[in-house]
Amino acid sequence: MIKTVCSKGKLVAKTGNEVMAEAMRQIEPDVVAAYPITPATEIVQIFSQFVADGVVKSEYVAVESEHSAMSATIAASAAGARAMTGTSSQGLCLMWEMLYIASGLRLPIVMAEVNRAISAPINIHGDHSDTMGARDAGWIQIYSENSQEAYDNMIQAVKIAEKAKLPTLVTTDGFIISHCMEVVETYPDADVKAFIGKYEPERYLLDVKKPYTLGSIDLQDYYFEHRYQLAQAVRDAKDIVLDVSEDFKKTFGRKYDLCEKYMLDDAEIAVVVIGSTAGTVKAVVKELRERGIKAGFLKIRVYRPFPAEQIAKDLEHVKAVAVMDRADSCSGAFAPVYSDVVASLYAAGVTKPKVVNYVCGLGGREINTGHIAVVYETLGKIASGIEKPSNKVEYINVRIR
Amino acid sequence: MLAKMIEVRWHGRGGQGAKTAALLFAEAVLATGKYIQAFPEYGPERMGAPVQSFNRVSEDPITIHSGITNPNYVVILDPSLMESVSVTEGVGQNGKVIVNTSFSASEIAQKLGIDAGQVYVVNASQIAVETMGKDIPNTPMLGALVKVIGSLDIDSVLEDTKIKLTAKFRHKPEVIEGNLASIKRAFDEVKN
Repeated sequence: MIKTVCSKGKLVAKTGNEVMAEAMRQIEPDVVAAYPITPATEIVQIFSQFVADGVVKSEYVAVESEHSAMSATIAASAAGARAMTGTSSQGLCLMWEMLYIASGLRLPIVMAEVNRAISAPINIHGDHSDTMGARDAGWIQIYSENSQEAYDNMIQAVKIAEKAKLPTLVTTDGFIISHCMEVVETYPDADVKAFIGKYEPERYLLDVKKPYTLGSIDLQDYYFEHRYQLAQAVRDAKDIVLDVSEDFKKTFGRKYDLCEKYMLDDAEIAVVVIGSTAGTVKAVVKELRERGIKAGFLKIRVYRPFPAEQIAKDLEHVKAVAVMDRADSCSGAFAPVYSDVVASLYAAGVTKPKVVNYVCGLGGREINTGHIAVVYETLGKIASGIEKPSNKVEYINVRIR
Repeated sequence: MLAKMIEVRWHGRGGQGAKTAALLFAEAVLATGKYIQAFPEYGPERMGAPVQSFNRVSEDPITIHSGITNPNYVVILDPSLMESVSVTEGVGQNGKVIVNTSFSASEIAQKLGIDAGQVYVVNASQIAVETMGKDIPNTPMLGALVKVIGSLDIDSVLEDTKIKLTAKFRHKPEVIEGNLASIKRAFDEVKN
């Protein structure tokens, strides 16, 4: 029998998109500006229905493109409003220049982002190419393994963004989570509203008593300092994420961290992933443990800021690690999560683990327990010295040659 | 992999409600206190094209987020799909196939080339026409699936479906009654 974690929680069957919209209803931002795109459409569609039905007092701005969606959200946030939006894939691409402006202006916008492949060829299914491409945009990026996390992350994101003065995006994997109905525990409206609190910006453009300039020209004299401050704000956001997680646990009972360790403390072999594949990996680890194999797993929940120190500490004792990227950055070298993990280990002086890189699941390609079991099998051989670790990206479930 | 987990694959045609059936089934099973997943296969979304949707049911939290390739139960909403889609793929020797048809289980078993003990039949289209006035076989098939699985409580399923339909069709009580009657009848009439 399922039980709730929070005494006032309610169990509902909802898809990832439905719970993200539900979180937005409870957050009830002042302004939402959005343009629909598969597979994120439902989020803003459901929310616009809340607005039309008078369920929320939010202002909904229907715009003509995602570039305008982000522009209107930026304007609303700069004016002093709590502002949100939602998008996916090509929509995020069209927002590109505005993403950097949102972070550069230090606006605490929250975005529901459904991970989807990028064209060409055209594909509507889940992979991380869209948000991985935006990893340098100065946004906090929080990835959700399932619908429960998507809901919880959305609520936390509001507080994180406003404390860090940084835009924050929360993702789900397209279709795999966005369109999968699961059991989600939701919390009472009043508790969510109390948790996020009232938005009281320090400065905003419509505050006529304290006028200030936003987005002015900034050449050789100050640009560098401002960009340094942005980079430093992203670094400092790790503690903010952890503080908000702590509050969240106290209020609603669920514990979140920058990363999630699963049977990792005594593991000899481990996989690192982001997103919905995490749950499938857990099922494999459970089975391997039953067979006496010391397998473990690390899920990165917060990818920006990147939890470098924590990852180095969590993986230092592991003999062989596989980083499974759901995006291929076409760098000619390695995929993004692998590059970040390896840099983190090296910088911390952790040289024991042999670390290999896999790219998987592009365009929604199946990644099941069988594929993951093969990765662990290879890691076992690397750990025992039977096999040499590959020094290039390996691919899972793709037809090559 | 997880012995207690039940996996279901629904076969229908675009517009027949295979996706809705999986969602309704999941919500109803949650009402019985179990963990659930429901997800459709997204391909070409054309009326009449073969479509699939899926369910997982478990006593324990479901963490797997991959496709279902070896279902314990296959539900076929449109019997003509048996001609064009490999509906028994991955079913194995213990899997069960539930078909909306007027033919007998042994006739269907012969057609599918599987053991007659694996096949269950119910004339869901006829039940749908008689209870709801329309050939929408997805709700009656839900009742048939609950019966064949055996471990689910039909009363909780009916109760939850009633709540869901009441919220959706407040002004059309006949729709609610018809749907519930179709589930109950298919539950009673599905046979091996």
